[in-house]
Amino acid sequence: MRAPGGPDVAVGDVLLSVENVSLSFGGVKAVSDVSFDIRKGEIRAIIGPNGAGKTSMLNIINGFYHPQQGRITFRGATRAKMRPHDAAYGGIARTFQNVALFRGMTALDNIMAGRSLKMHKNFFWQLLRFGPAMREEIEHRHRAEEIIDFLKIQEIRRTPVGRLPYGLQKRVELGRALAMEPELLLLDEPMAGMNMEEKEDMSRFVLDVNDHYGTTIALIEHDMGVVMDLSDRVVVLDHGIKIADGTPDEIKTNQAVIDAYLGVAH
Amino acid sequence: MHLLYQIFIDPFVQMGTAPDLLAQTLWEGLVGGVLYALIALGFVLIFKASGVFNFAQGIMVVFAALTLVGLYDAGVPAFLALALTIVVMFGLAFLVERAVLRPLVNQPEIILFMATFGLTYILIGFGELVFGGDPKLMITEQLLLPGGSYNIPMLGGFVQMQKIDIAAAIIASLMVASLGVFFQKTRIGRALRAVADSHRAALSVGISLEYIWVVVWFAAGIVALATGIMWGARSNVSFALEIIALKALPVLILGGFTSIPGAIVGGVIIGVGEKLGEFYWGPLLGSGIESWLAYVIALIFLLFRPQGLFGERIIERV
Repeated sequence: MRAPGGPDVAVGDVLLSVENVSLSFGGVKAVSDVSFDIRKGEIRAIIGPNGAGKTSMLNIINGFYHPQQGRITFRGATRAKMRPHDAAYGGIARTFQNVALFRGMTALDNIMAGRSLKMHKNFFWQLLRFGPAMREEIEHRHRAEEIIDFLKIQEIRRTPVGRLPYGLQKRVELGRALAMEPELLLLDEPMAGMNMEEKEDMSRFVLDVNDHYGTTIALIEHDMGVVMDLSDRVVVLDHGIKIADGTPDEIKTNQAVIDAYLGVAH
Repeated sequence: MHLLYQIFIDPFVQMGTAPDLLAQTLWEGLVGGVLYALIALGFVLIFKASGVFNFAQGIMVVFAALTLVGLYDAGVPAFLALALTIVVMFGLAFLVERAVLRPLVNQPEIILFMATFGLTYILIGFGELVFGGDPKLMITEQLLLPGGSYNIPMLGGFVQMQKIDIAAAIIASLMVASLGVFFQKTRIGRALRAVADSHRAALSVGISLEYIWVVVWFAAGIVALATGIMWGARSNVSFALEIIALKALPVLILGGFTSIPGAIVGGVIIGVGEKLGEFYWGPLLGSGIESWLAYVIALIFLLFRPQGLFGERIIERV
C-alpha cells in the first residue's frame, strides 16, 4: 500500500476496498459482512434486487452512513468514520438516485458549487469581490465551461435546474460531480426513469468520463443491458449479503444471481 | 350608513384634503417597515440555510444592542465597542452551532424550533446577569449617527423626517444590497444557497454544514446588531424590544419564509399598512389598532397567496 498523495498508481491497483462491512438500522440489517474492492480506472457495477443494500453501500462509501463493523480503505488510507465533506475533499463524488440538485440555482451555479472545495480564497476577499477572489472565480468558471461543453448542456446553463426535464437534470448532476475532479465517482442509478435514447446518451457520457478523465466509476443500475455493456466487473448484493462478484459474463450465468432475481421454489 | 361612510369614504377624503399628512404617514410607515424588514431578514437567513425558525432572533437584537451599550458604558470607545460586539456575535454564532445545532442535527424541525426557545431564555438570563435589567440609552452621536430632523416643504405643508430614520433606511438598504451580492456572486454565497436547496447534495460536493451554519448565524447576528442600533435609537434598549420578533411574523407570512426580497417588500407593506390604519382608521376603533393590524393584513394576503408573495410554491409529485 502506498501513502495517499504518493506517485500515481498503475491502472488496476486497488483504489478502494471494503472489508467485512456491516450496517444495521435498529433491527434491520441493511448490509452484512460485505467485502469487495474497486480498482483504479475501472467501471464497477453494484447490482441487486430492490432492498438489496446497494444505496446503503454507496452511502457508506461517501460517509453518509457509518458502518457498525468493517473497514474501508481509500487510496491506501483506512478510516473508521468519515464525514461526507471529508469524503468529498478526499476525491469521492456522487450522484443520487432521485436527483439532488440545487433546484433554485442555474445549471452553471450547480456546477460551480461542485467546484467550491477547490476554491480557497477567504471570506473577506470574497466579501469584497476583488483581487484574488475574482481571479479565482474566473479560473474556476473556465473549468465549469469545459464540463458544460463535455456534457453538451451549453444552451441550458442559465436555466434554473428545477425547470429542466428529468434527463437533463441527471446530466447536470453528473456535471456537478465531475466539477469536483473526483478520483472515484459514485453513480446511483444514473439512468433510472430515462427513455432509450436518454439511456444511450448517459451511457456514452459514463464511458467518456472513464476514458477522458480516467475517473474510476462505481455505479448502481437496474437495466441489465446497460450494466453488462458498461461495466468491467460486477458485484451482486441480495438482502444485504454479497452473493456474487465477477465479470459481466460470469455474473450472467451465476445461478445464485439468477435465483435472487427470479426467485427460487421453496 | 354613517359607519360605512366612516370606513370607506371619510379616510380617503381626509387623505385627499391633507396630502402632506398622508405623505408624513407614508414616510413613517416606510421607516417602520424598513426596520421590520431588517428583523425579518435575520429570520429568513437562518430559515433558508437550516430550515429552523429562529425564535431567538428577537432576543439576539436585544443582546447585540445591550452588548454595544454595555461595553460603551464600561468605558470602551464607541467604535471599538462596535467591533467587539461584532466579535461577540461571531462567538455566539459559533457557540450556537456547537452547542445547539450540531447535537440536534437530523432532528425534526419542531425540536430545533424548541431549542431556539431555550436559547432565547438563556440569552435573556445571561443578558440580565451581565448588563442588568434596566433600560439603557442607545449611543447614537458617538457612532456618528445624526440627530434632529429635516422639515421638507411638500404638498402645501411640511413633512418632518428624523435624520436617524433616514440613516436607518440608508443603512438597511446597503445591508440588504451587500447581502444580495454576497449571496449571488461569491463561493460562500453559492454554498449558502446550495445548503438551502438540499443538505444532502451540499454535503456530497464537500460543503460543510457546520461552517455554513456559523456563517448564517453570524450574518443574522450582524443584522440583529444593526436592527438593535436603529430600534434602540428610536426608543431605548431593553428586553421589551424582544417582542419585535413577533412583529416579524406577519412580515414573514407576507413575504414568504425563504425570500430576501419578500422580507423587504413584506416589511414595507406591513409598516405602511400599519401606519395608515392607525392614523386613518384607528380613531374609529379607539386606539391600539397597531398591535393587531399587521396580522390582519398578513391574513388577508394568505387568503390569496398561501405561499406568501415571494415564497416558493410547493408542487409535489404524487
